[in-house]
Amino acid sequence: MTLQTDYIGKPTNRVDGPAKVTGGAKYAAEYNVPNMLYGYVVSSPIAKGKITKIDAAPVLALAGVQQVFSHENVPHYAFFDRSYQDEIAPGGSPFRPLYDAEIKFSLQPVALVVADTFELARYAASVLYIEYEEVAHETKLSQHIDDAYEPGTGKTGYQPPKSRGNFGKGWKEGVAHVEAQFSHHAQHHNPMENFATTVEWLGDKYLNIYDKTQGAFNSQLLVTKIFGLSKEQARVVSKYTGGGFGSGLRPQYQLLLAVMASLELERSVRVSLTREQMFSFGHRPETMQHVALAAAADGSLTGINHFAVAETSQFEDFTENVVGWSGMLYDCKNVALGYRLAKLDVYTPLDMRAPGAASGSIALEIAMDEMAYAAGLDPLEFRIRNYSDRDQAQDLPYSSKALRKCYHEGAAKFGWEKRTAEPGSMRDGNLLVGWGMGGGVWDATTKPATVRASLDADGHLTVSSGTNEIGTGTYTIMTQIAAESMGLPIEAVTFVLGDTELPESPLQGGSWTAASVGNSVVEACAALGEKLLKQAQKMDSLAFKDVKIEDVQFANGQMRLRSDSTKAMVLRDVVQASGEGKIEAQNAKEKSKLAALKPPKYSMHAHNAVFVEVKVDPDLMTVHVTRVVNAVAAGRILNPKTARSQVLGSVVWGLGMALMEESVMDHRFGRYMNHSLAEYHVPVNADIHDIDVIFVNEEDDKVNPLGIKGIGEVGMLGVAGAVANAIYHATGKRVRDMPITVDKLL
Amino acid sequence: MTHVTQAPLGKAPATLAPTQPVSLRINGQDRTLHIAPWTTLLDALREYLDLTGTKKGCDHGQCGACTVLVDGRRVNSCLSLAVMQEGSEIQTIEGLGSEAQLSPLQQAFIDHDAFQCGYCTPGQICSAQGLINEGKATTEAEVRELMSGNLCRCGAYSNILSAVMEVVGNSKS
Repeated sequence: MTLQTDYIGKPTNRVDGPAKVTGGAKYAAEYNVPNMLYGYVVSSPIAKGKITKIDAAPVLALAGVQQVFSHENVPHYAFFDRSYQDEIAPGGSPFRPLYDAEIKFSLQPVALVVADTFELARYAASVLYIEYEEVAHETKLSQHIDDAYEPGTGKTGYQPPKSRGNFGKGWKEGVAHVEAQFSHHAQHHNPMENFATTVEWLGDKYLNIYDKTQGAFNSQLLVTKIFGLSKEQARVVSKYTGGGFGSGLRPQYQLLLAVMASLELERSVRVSLTREQMFSFGHRPETMQHVALAAAADGSLTGINHFAVAETSQFEDFTENVVGWSGMLYDCKNVALGYRLAKLDVYTPLDMRAPGAASGSIALEIAMDEMAYAAGLDPLEFRIRNYSDRDQAQDLPYSSKALRKCYHEGAAKFGWEKRTAEPGSMRDGNLLVGWGMGGGVWDATTKPATVRASLDADGHLTVSSGTNEIGTGTYTIMTQIAAESMGLPIEAVTFVLGDTELPESPLQGGSWTAASVGNSVVEACAALGEKLLKQAQKMDSLAFKDVKIEDVQFANGQMRLRSDSTKAMVLRDVVQASGEGKIEAQNAKEKSKLAALKPPKYSMHAHNAVFVEVKVDPDLMTVHVTRVVNAVAAGRILNPKTARSQVLGSVVWGLGMALMEESVMDHRFGRYMNHSLAEYHVPVNADIHDIDVIFVNEEDDKVNPLGIKGIGEVGMLGVAGAVANAIYHATGKRVRDMPITVDKLL
Repeated sequence: MTHVTQAPLGKAPATLAPTQPVSLRINGQDRTLHIAPWTTLLDALREYLDLTGTKKGCDHGQCGACTVLVDGRRVNSCLSLAVMQEGSEIQTIEGLGSEAQLSPLQQAFIDHDAFQCGYCTPGQICSAQGLINEGKATTEAEVRELMSGNLCRCGAYSNILSAVMEVVGNSKS
C-alpha cells in the first residue's frame, strides 16, 4: 500500500500532549467519585506459611474504619481456576487474593482495611494484628537448576524452542570456540504510576471501574468471571496509563480487592498500591543462561547452543521466549536450544519490555562479541558474515529485513571504522574508552481489533476502539491514520480509547497495537467511506451514479472522483443530508480473525543494531555511557517523533538493565530488599547522554496493509549486550552477570 | 515452623487526633480543608482538592512526581504535611498554565516530545520551572543534574533536557 500522505509518517506532536502537560489527563486513582471509601492493603511479612490469627477488633473500633477484609470474611466468589485466569494467564492456578490462610510469597496481600479517608485506612492497616506460622521458603534459583523442567505449551505467544541440525557436529567443525554462563536478577517494571483502581458504585451491582491496566477488556473479563457480573455491570475505563512496560498486561490484585470491597459494602472504593507493593507481583524473572558458539576459520558460525533456566512461581508456569531468537538472528545450520523453569516461592513473573528477548539477547550478543575476538574479526564484520537472509527457525523467508542497513547506517553514524580492536587501546585523556555493539530481533505481530468511525454533521470524525494509551502514542498515531484515511485535517479527528463500551481491541503489548489497531482504523474508515458514498448517491444522482468506492478519494473534507476532482461533495453536507446527525461504520473483526488463522507465508520481524560508547574511570571503574546510536528497521514509521521517543526510552531501559536494575532478594526473608525507587536503581537524567535514533527505510507490503512492525520493544534489544561489550573493549573485563556494577569491575 | 506476628503493638491503637481546619493558598486561591494533621500536601491536593495533576509515584520523596512549587521553590509534596504550608504560596501544574494557555515549559515539553505516559510530567515541569525560578539552570550538564530528582521510567530524559534548555535559552535572551 503506497501512501502519499499528509499525516502518516510525519512528526506530529502528541494530541494528548496538552492534557498531559497541564495535569488534565486522568489516571485510575484520580477519579474522585462522591462518597468514596479508601482501601489499604496489608502485605505479608513472610514468604511462605499460613495466617493463624487476625485480630481486627481493635482496628474496627476506630471511628471511620468501615471493614477489615481478609480470608476470614471474604466470600468465595468463584471456585474454579478458570474463573481466575485472565486473557494471558500462564498455565497453573492463579493467585486468589484473600482466599485462604496460605502464604505463597512475600508481600502477599493478606488484608484490606477500608476506611473513610486514606489517612485513616493507612494508619489502621499499620496496626492490624496478624499472626503467622512461617515455613522454610525456596528463593535461590541457583539451587534449583537440577529441578528445572520443560514447561508445557505455556502462555499465549510462547514458542517452545526448536533445535536443528547437529550441534555436536557443528562444535567439532569449528576452529574457534566460546562457552560461557550469563545471569541477571529479577527486575521490576516500576511504571511511575502505582497500580490503583477506583470503583464507582452505581447501585444494584453496577460498577464503573477505573483501572490501571494495559487492557480494559482483560480487567473486565476477570471481574465478570470471578464476581459473576455481566459486562454491563462491570464497565472498565482506562483513559491514561502511567506507564506499563508489561506490568499491566495481567490485572493486578488491587482491582479484585477494590471490586470486592465495593460489592460487599455497596460503596465506591479506591485501592492504590504503595511503591513497596509494586514489588509484590509480576517481574522479569531471574534467568541463568549458557551459550556455546563455534565458528569456522572464515568466521562462519558452525554451531550455536543456548540454554536458559528461569524462575517461576509455585502456582503458575510463566514462560517467555528467551533462547528462540538465537536460532534466527544469525545464519547457522546446527542450533541446540533449551529452556526450563524452576519453581520458587515468589509471585509469578510477568512480561516486561521485550520479555525473553531482552534476557536472551544479552547472552547471545556478549557471546557473539567474545567469538569475534576469538575468531580475530571485528564484531560488526563477524555479524555481517553470519547474516541470516532466511528465518531458519521457521524455515520461512522474511517479509522484509533491513538489518544490513541498520548495521551500515548505524556504524557510519557512530564512526565505528575508527575503532581499534585491542581492549584498553582507546583513551580520552585519563578515561578508558570502549566501543561495543549488539542487536536484536522482535516479532511483528498483528492481532484482530475492532474500530468504529463516526462522522458527525459538523464534519468531525470520532474514531474509537477500546485499546490503551500507555505512553506509546496510541491517541496520536490513530488520529493521524484516521485523518489520512478520511482526508480530514487532524483537528477534525478525535480518537477515543480505554473503555469497555467501545469496540474491542487486544491488550496493549507485544508492540502490536500500532499494527493491529492502526490497520483496523483504515478498515473502519473505508467502511465509513462506503456508507458516505451510498448516501451521496442518494443525494446527487449524476456525479456519483454507478461510481465504485475505488473511484472515490477523500481529501480536504470532501469526497471526490479520482478521475475528476471537480466532481466533489463536502462530507459534512453528506452527513447533514442523511438526517441522522452522524454516519458511522465499524470494521469486521471476523475478517482479521480469519486472516490470523492462516499459516504464515513469511517470517515477520523487526530488527535493530546498536553501537555504544562508554568511558570508564581507570581508578574508580565508574562507567558512563557517553554515546549510543540505535538503528532500527521496523517497517513504516507512523510518527517519527513519537517513535523516536519509544526508541530513546528503550535505550534508557537497556542502559538500566546493563548497569543498574536488579531486585535483590534477601534469601533469609525471601523478599526483595530494595523495594523502593531509592534502592531499585533506574537511570536518571544525569545518566543519559547522546542517543541517536535511526529509522532505516524498510518497506513491507506483506506484514500488514500499512506495513507497520511496531516499535515499543525492538529498540531495547542489543543495548545491554552492547554496553557490556563496550565495557570489555574499554577495560578488558568480561562481565556476564547483569547489572555491571562497579564491584564487578574492580 | 516459626511464629511471626505483624504489627505487635501490645496495646490498642492510639486514639486519633481529630481533623482540623487547614487553610492553603493554591494557585492564587484560598482553600480551607478539614483534614487530619498528618495529611500530606500531596494527599490534600489529590484527595481533598481534586487537584490530581500532582502525581504520587512513591510517597517517599524518591521519584519527584509530586513536585510542586512552594513560594516558587521546588518541594516534594509527599514529604510535606499540608498543615506546614499554611501561609505559603503553593503552585501546582494546574496553576502553571491551561490547555488554552500553555506555559512556555508546557509548550516546550509538547514540542520536544518530552514525555510518553505523562505521569511524571507535571513533576518534571514544576521542577524545571523551579530551577529556572532559582536561576540555577544554565548549562546542559547542570540541567541534567538538577533534573535528576525527577524519575521518568519511559526514559524521555533527552527530550526533557531539550525542552528545558529551549526555555532556559529563551528566558536568558
